[in-house]
Amino acid sequence: MTTATLATPNQAKPAKQKVILCEGNEAAALGVALARPDMVAVYPITPQSSLVEHVAKLIADGRMDADIVDAEGEHSVLSVLQGAALAGARTYTATCGPGLAFMFEPYFRTSGMRLPIVMSIVTRDGITPQSVWGGHQDAMTVREVGWVQVYCETVQEVLDTTIMAFKIAEHHDVMLPVNVCLDGNYLSYGTSRVELPDQAEVDAFMGVKDVNWHVALDPLRPMAVDPLTGGSGGKGPSTFVRYRKGQCRGMQNSLRVIEEVHEEWAQRFGRRFAPLVEEYRMDGADYAIMTLGSMTGAAKDAIDEARDAGKRVGLIKIKTFSPFPVEALLKSLAKVQALGVVDRSVGFRWNCGPMYQETMGVLYRLGRHVPSMSFIGGLAGADITVGHFHRVIEATEKLPSSPAPSEPVWLNEKD
Amino acid sequence: MYEVRFHGRGGQGAVTAASMLASALLEEGKYAVSIPSFGFERRGAPVVSFLRCSDREIRQLTNIYTPDCLICVDPTLAKSVDIFSGLKPGGTLVQATHKPLAEVVIADTVGVVGLCDAIGIALEVFKRPITNTIMLGAFAKTTGVVSLEALKRSLEESDFRDAGLAQNLIALERGYNETTVHTIERRVAA
Repeated sequence: MTTATLATPNQAKPAKQKVILCEGNEAAALGVALARPDMVAVYPITPQSSLVEHVAKLIADGRMDADIVDAEGEHSVLSVLQGAALAGARTYTATCGPGLAFMFEPYFRTSGMRLPIVMSIVTRDGITPQSVWGGHQDAMTVREVGWVQVYCETVQEVLDTTIMAFKIAEHHDVMLPVNVCLDGNYLSYGTSRVELPDQAEVDAFMGVKDVNWHVALDPLRPMAVDPLTGGSGGKGPSTFVRYRKGQCRGMQNSLRVIEEVHEEWAQRFGRRFAPLVEEYRMDGADYAIMTLGSMTGAAKDAIDEARDAGKRVGLIKIKTFSPFPVEALLKSLAKVQALGVVDRSVGFRWNCGPMYQETMGVLYRLGRHVPSMSFIGGLAGADITVGHFHRVIEATEKLPSSPAPSEPVWLNEKD
Repeated sequence: MYEVRFHGRGGQGAVTAASMLASALLEEGKYAVSIPSFGFERRGAPVVSFLRCSDREIRQLTNIYTPDCLICVDPTLAKSVDIFSGLKPGGTLVQATHKPLAEVVIADTVGVVGLCDAIGIALEVFKRPITNTIMLGAFAKTTGVVSLEALKRSLEESDFRDAGLAQNLIALERGYNETTVHTIERRVAA
């Protein structure tokens, strides 16, 4: 045997991984523990609560070596982590819904200061009307604040993506906070089979911690952080633009880094997740439906049934929502003649789903008209079933020959 | 795909039971997903939880509307909730009750019934009417979908809030041994 035939990382068989059963919130907590953060700060809120409870238990049981701060509210949670991140710590928290709203002031500041904090959003619908259940409204509401936001489809993807998020956030070409979004209820409390990566393998994947000291406070290298900028005189305006352009560059760089990190993950652990946009059964598809998050499993089952019935339909799933993966999505949209987009939240300004609205911008770049429709379902814990997706497929199939409705279709309106 | 819907009241452990059953099925090399229904978790209020199992990966993370089997861990629930909604024709009911078959209300869709005096057993074992592990034993006896051994191993890995492992293992075994299984014969009119 020559050295040329030795296994490369590409061909290496992934190490055997322990199989466990756990809910999405526990999977996120286990992912956090494997990524070895230095500090977490928490404030529980439904449906995120069991996630931070699992984190607290892992620390209490000695399975995770991190400092934990049980703060008095979410505004303090993120402020505490900003201080820790500025001191070079790897940091983590989780929140959702009203907790995210209460966190908004430091939330905006975090991306501006280029702090690579990882935060799970266990997505929850917006209030009011009162509801404590899942929906993407919370994460969608803050999609324009400069955080990288990725959405998970399965419990396994929650665990794996939570680990990858630290590597993406801390990459020197990115240096941005990352939200790992997991659907409240269906993913947070749904239990399924999960392969638990080995700690040594994760350590090798993460590599030696490489603090980017340009944002970290260090008594040996004193500097000012977050200077006063802006205004209309002196270097104020140009400094502010430099900061904002840097954030935008970090966001665009993250598209590449997200792909690289997912590829490395697939090689090391044998699990391949589409990093930006996933195509499912798009070969020969005349039209497609678009999904986000945990609804995708039922949608894939519906696509299989529709294909068996002879329908030429495929599925496009978005994983990375912020930054919006324009180029990757363009390639997928180029294949179809009609499109139905299913959102789990409401875009009040355009009277459609937010993902639909974003996709309209990409369709414009395609340079030809693709008839399309917005569907809104799964709000406030409502279910989106295989049956609902058959309705989406049937309505989308008719689009080329009938006028697209100006209103969104509310999938659970008559449930 | 085999789909189970659990019916219980908050505090009886219907959600935990679905998770323990999923874990036992995993032991046996199957894929299993369990999802609790979403309500305000109050003791005594009707709750449901769902479990899917399959030899293949399960993708849909949704509630269950047409179950193959119902596990009702509370004897009084059927008075206030339509537990039979959507049950597949010829489906299975595993019911906690001390009544004989003739006195149990059963929908036309039910083909197999497992009856277990789970409250009676629970009061003896736990001194409290917590029936979930007993009814897992009843489910194993009625359907054979999961083995008693796999359920035991699943319990051994669970964290119990209201009782110890030893008590729950006794409860599981008694649920299995003290369940009567009945096949419902329906004559089609000539």
